[in-house]
Amino acid sequence: MADDVVKIEIACTVNGESRRFRAWPMERLLDVLRRELKLTGTKEGCGEGECGACAVLLDGALVNSCLVPVAQAAGCEILTIEGLARGEQLSAIQEAFVECGGAQCGICTPGMVMAAAALLERERQPGERQIRAGLSGNLCRCTGYTKIFEAVVRACQATGVRR
Amino acid sequence: MDSAEHKYLGHSVLRKEGRDKVTGRARYVDDLDFPGALHGVTVRSDIPRGRIRKIEFGAGIPWNEFIVVTAADIPGANYVALFERDQPFLASDGVNHSEEAIVLLAHPDPYLLEEARRAVRIEYEPLPAIFTLDESLAGKEIIWGKDNVFKSYHLEKGDVEAALARADLIVEGEYRTAAQEQLYIEPQGMVAIANPRDGVTVWGSLQCPYYVQRALVALFNLPAEKIRVVQAETGGGFGGKEEYPSMIAGHAALLAWKSGKPVKIIYDRAEDMAATTKRHPSRTRHRTAVTRDGKLLAMDIDFALDGGAYATLSSVVLSRGTIHAAGPYSCPNVRIHSKVVATNLPPQGAFRGFGAPQSVFSLERHFDRVAAAVGLAPEEFRRRNFIRTGETTATGQVIREAVDMPGLLDRALRESGYAAKRETFARENHGRALKKGIGLAAFFHGAGFTGSGEEYLASVVEAEGTPEGRVRILAASTEIGQGTNTIFSQIAADALGIPYDRIEIAQPDTAAVPNSGPTVASRTSMIVGKLVESAAIGIKQSLVAANLLAAGGVYTPEDFARACREYISAHGPLRARVQYHPPPGVKWDDKTYTGEAYCAYAWAVYVAEVTVDLATFETRVDDFVAVQEVGKVIHPVLAAGQIEGGVAQAIGFALYENVIWQQGRMANGQMTNYIMPTAADLPRIRVIFEETPSPHGPSGAKGIGELPLDGGAPAIVSAIENAAGIVLREIPVVPERLMEALEAKAGMRG
Repeated sequence: MADDVVKIEIACTVNGESRRFRAWPMERLLDVLRRELKLTGTKEGCGEGECGACAVLLDGALVNSCLVPVAQAAGCEILTIEGLARGEQLSAIQEAFVECGGAQCGICTPGMVMAAAALLERERQPGERQIRAGLSGNLCRCTGYTKIFEAVVRACQATGVRR
Repeated sequence: MDSAEHKYLGHSVLRKEGRDKVTGRARYVDDLDFPGALHGVTVRSDIPRGRIRKIEFGAGIPWNEFIVVTAADIPGANYVALFERDQPFLASDGVNHSEEAIVLLAHPDPYLLEEARRAVRIEYEPLPAIFTLDESLAGKEIIWGKDNVFKSYHLEKGDVEAALARADLIVEGEYRTAAQEQLYIEPQGMVAIANPRDGVTVWGSLQCPYYVQRALVALFNLPAEKIRVVQAETGGGFGGKEEYPSMIAGHAALLAWKSGKPVKIIYDRAEDMAATTKRHPSRTRHRTAVTRDGKLLAMDIDFALDGGAYATLSSVVLSRGTIHAAGPYSCPNVRIHSKVVATNLPPQGAFRGFGAPQSVFSLERHFDRVAAAVGLAPEEFRRRNFIRTGETTATGQVIREAVDMPGLLDRALRESGYAAKRETFARENHGRALKKGIGLAAFFHGAGFTGSGEEYLASVVEAEGTPEGRVRILAASTEIGQGTNTIFSQIAADALGIPYDRIEIAQPDTAAVPNSGPTVASRTSMIVGKLVESAAIGIKQSLVAANLLAAGGVYTPEDFARACREYISAHGPLRARVQYHPPPGVKWDDKTYTGEAYCAYAWAVYVAEVTVDLATFETRVDDFVAVQEVGKVIHPVLAAGQIEGGVAQAIGFALYENVIWQQGRMANGQMTNYIMPTAADLPRIRVIFEETPSPHGPSGAKGIGELPLDGGAPAIVSAIENAAGIVLREIPVVPERLMEALEAKAGMRG
């Protein structure tokens, strides 16, 4: 870090809670979530926005947190994988991932689940083409994606709008 | 066990650690928090071969704040213990490949650490290097041993020369496969705490805790009980975390030893791709003699692998590749000569399939040539030569299983609509820029270690009953996404007659679990699963023998808990320990490479359907049918997940994944330019299991994990050839390669 750059105070909402912390303005949102806020559910797979393991929702939009400078998150609402379940009650998409075998090694799962959640916010009943497009920014090396598609379809069928 | 007793085996129960994985609670190595920990980084060679003249620490860095480790700091021996003692933890005199570790640095501030890493300058006296199999085989430079050869095998069945001399027809061909990166989404990493008083403890992303322990024993010259290795949740391995984690564990532990503080080394993607192992590039030559009506007379196979700069596991990869090179066919005369040789590339290593995907690709592509030469359809030529029960493999192993390759072939052809599509495509492709094709591959994959491997491993599993009536399974077999925790729990629950959620799986930790062998070679379900079953039965027998449980009777979980409690208060710990013993009659000769190579095989026929775009030269897989016989399927969802994921990796191997080497260095070590399949690229993979229970696995299960890597690529390339009317001898079939092949064909015509 150059000497003339100073840490700034940042306030934002993370998983529904107001948070305040000091960070370098260009620090990656990913690092702040993991190191400062101890939210280690968000993963780093590539650090260049290719794999989507670090995906979170920033004011409702799916972003790769490895490409977001934390200053850009000031005043925003951030939703990470830790904020998706209501206590012990999994969201419909999380439940479907467990039931359908959508998670194998699990490292892509948090980002994949966030991408699926974002997709289901946009489309109530996405078709296969939309599911493929909606998840194509998230790489999975274990599943070949078939079980992940099945999980998204099952989550759509689940009763209620729990997501 | 009678199948009526199976409450869990054969059913898709929820993955044991599924909830933790979908909520972000699962703790991978980089999620572990060690207060006061330093970050560690590795300074690596930037030339492929040379002597190290000088190491300089550049200006502008407060070096006194850093922990610096070189080979001189190593307390024990400077080699990564595997088969040979050739690979150092830290290079001292010379380097043999780019990205070889030379200096380690640690500091609390990861940003400053990165600047420091770049400020270390290493001066070399460069030496000539070799980068390809052909250069190594030709002895352009001798860089390893007397002749660059890490290992060679020679296998002979019948009289190949005599058969070649009287054959109606001999078909020759040469085929190549490229390096492939495992590309687990979690990069490699380790955390270590180490000091002379307590010894060394490491936590990491790994497949084989006892491999890491063995490597650290030599590195620190400490007894095994002073080295503790714990597996953190692991984000994919595919073989990539079989041997390389020993290297990183050593590095983290050396920095921890010198600093007295915990040290965490987490590779970023670029470092992981550049420095760690990949699938061995291969070259295979076939000479096949057949009768006029398409019966195999002789197979003469020359199989070669590029092992990179150090021996690692190459000899074993070569072994599996060699044994699978003649495929699931019956041939009276077979000769296989194989070699793995050294180059100045970073060492190649384990990757799902372990040599077999290379030799199977070559054989299956070649068999399409042979079929064409005798005027038979690819499926008909195979049908005439499939191995049957009672016949012998290339190693002379008599197949005792009830194998039915023609049945699998029929099923795959039917499910894929092969015959009708072949006809339709031939009719409709004319004049179209989007050409369709369909192709197939037939293959087998041996489960468990080769030959006497399992006997030498002599794996151990323990089970322990608790006063609460829970049973804990203790094994070093790791969960890396494939479902170890779940499958072991299903097996134990059914063996004990208690609910699935009463089974606990101990975290793999060398201080707490016995050595059940490495998590590799499609051995976990079949070999270790069988031990889990025996250990669970052992617990039940103890309770029955103590008259606390009725032998054949029905009992509730509460009855079982009471029995456990009473046993423990009367007799002490309730434990069962079992060890692997080879089934009787299994004979293997390492010298002649003959005998029972594997006690069970999985058998398969895959059909791929593709569209080839003659404007962009891109290939798209439109449909994929995977039919396999894997014994009893323990968990249908997990098993299908193994096949789907393996086929996806095989599609990458066939079409997209192209390691570009420049002066022995991976030039495209990023996910932006090393392309693996995305959700938008893959078809739905249709998975069909035929189940013929094997006597060797728990309730008849066989190995499954590696199988799908073998057949995907040859089926896809067969389909491309069918679509485009060309011959392809090398993968990956990236657009550039397809363009060249099509231009060559057009050139021949014009």
